[in-house]
Amino acid sequence: MRLGFNFWLGASLTALVILAGVLAPWIAPFDPVLDADLMSSELPPDATFWFGTDGQGRDVYTRILYGAQISLTVGIVSQVINSVIGITLGMTAGYWGGWWDDLVNGLTNVMLAIPSLIFALAVMAVLGPGLPSLLIALGLTNWSWTCRIARSSTLSLKSQGYVQAAQTLGYGDLRIMFTQILPNMMGPILVMATLGMGSAVLSEAALSFLGLGIQPPFPSWGSMLTDARQLIQLAPWVAIFPGLAIFLSVLGFNLLGDGLRDSLDPHMRTRKP
Amino acid sequence: MTAPLLQVDDLHVRFPISGGGLFGTGRRMLHAVNGISFELAKGECLSIVGESGCGKSTTALSILGLQEPTEGTIRYRGQPLAGPGAPGRMQRAKAVQMVFQDPYASLNPRQSVRTSLAAPLKLHGVTAASEIEGRIEAMLKNVGLTPEQARRYPHEFSGGQRQRIGIARALILEPEIVVLDEPVSALDVSIRAQIINLLLDLQEKLGLSYIMISHDLSVVEHMSDRVLVMFFGEVVEEGGWRQIFETPTHPYTRRLIAAIPDPDAALNPGAAAFAADAPLPDGRRFVSDGSAAPDVFTPPVPSALTEIAPGHRVRLASTA
Repeated sequence: MRLGFNFWLGASLTALVILAGVLAPWIAPFDPVLDADLMSSELPPDATFWFGTDGQGRDVYTRILYGAQISLTVGIVSQVINSVIGITLGMTAGYWGGWWDDLVNGLTNVMLAIPSLIFALAVMAVLGPGLPSLLIALGLTNWSWTCRIARSSTLSLKSQGYVQAAQTLGYGDLRIMFTQILPNMMGPILVMATLGMGSAVLSEAALSFLGLGIQPPFPSWGSMLTDARQLIQLAPWVAIFPGLAIFLSVLGFNLLGDGLRDSLDPHMRTRKP
Repeated sequence: MTAPLLQVDDLHVRFPISGGGLFGTGRRMLHAVNGISFELAKGECLSIVGESGCGKSTTALSILGLQEPTEGTIRYRGQPLAGPGAPGRMQRAKAVQMVFQDPYASLNPRQSVRTSLAAPLKLHGVTAASEIEGRIEAMLKNVGLTPEQARRYPHEFSGGQRQRIGIARALILEPEIVVLDEPVSALDVSIRAQIINLLLDLQEKLGLSYIMISHDLSVVEHMSDRVLVMFFGEVVEEGGWRQIFETPTHPYTRRLIAAIPDPDAALNPGAAAFAADAPLPDGRRFVSDGSAAPDVFTPPVPSALTEIAPGHRVRLASTA
């Protein structure tokens, strides 16, 4: 399998974010919350404070490293929830058809018609701010595309000889779905989940920016942008570096997803020289 | 005469088609299978031939339980196999199995040969590892593969080998009836004879009964004991293979047989002409001559199979 430049760039950026998040307690020079010092606030980047300091004098570099933990948690957990919901609904709808299919299709269309960020806002408003409710809100709002892909993959796999063979061999419906259909549609689902991680990171930033996500003083890239709003002319680095972190990690997830899609799609593979 | 192994009686399959109209108001019934009846004896190979869309695959799917019949009964050893009182998938699996047409689509690409053979055994209560290994090994030998190949995945095999794996999977539960859906039509011509001979050997060795679905009469000629010719959901002619191939009576059967390429045609011209028409009873005509497709949305005109020789029946309608 030949993997393109995009895949490796995406994989490197994703690996960078993962390393930053996992190693944050060891490589961060300061504490992200406690090392506040108003005497050294709004310092520009220098040898001690690589990315400068924010309005409370906290090291921006340290806070970005810790913020990667939040972004990764949000990206991975929300996509796991999305995939489980999407696969369960889409696969059963495609396999059983009938009224269940109509119901799931209707639900999917409703979900697609509601802007997911607005829906997540509504969920957050009910559950209250914080990481767990953020995970639930983002996990419940973005499963519709996964569901559609799971349903259409199931419809095409259902007519394959090996699924019919499993039926004649006496396999039950659930066993057929998990042993014959699911393993053969994991490729596109994985791509969707990787691409979804990018948009989940963006949604987390947006919700935190609006004050509904991660609460201060804990660092999240989105809440750091909120704090930077008043300082953007005095201390632009407070906004630039979290913004750059969001940009590079979302770019990384998307390139990784694109690269996976290209390498898993046999038609794309043959087109390469 | 012993009771037939499988008895299909007056099988009808109709599909609702929502066609036309903004609100799908033009709902019509597509008549796929119209009153098929046949019997299958133990150790026999019955071929169902006909063009694409004539209902032969739908008939097979009904026997396999993958398609619920609209009307009619299917009995296996006197017990119903469809409709009320039908067995579940587990019981049915030990009676009827299927070999699929396309060996590339019929094997799960993510399962090794061993997994796809062991899983049905485990499902049906064979749990001892040694017994599973033994049965897989014996089955692979039966179909001409080596036990070492069990660790491999489908993409590592050629089309002919894949079809052998498909046959092994169909036989692993030791069914009595095997439905062969165009078993060789997706294979290279050079491989076909091997697979046909393998199927014939297995039939003799394991006492299997075959129902073969095909449009390729040269394969049917090699394998069948009896032939059922279907045209648009109805049997138009039925008989032993000698009767069908030597004295084809219905015009549609004749057209099918005339379509077999004859390598000797250039050497003995005129040999392709069939024996004279079998005499038809007074006041009868063929229900159709197979030259025009009937409307699949209307029920067929009433007609009946008429016996013109022992075991040789042709569909005729009265001219009245």
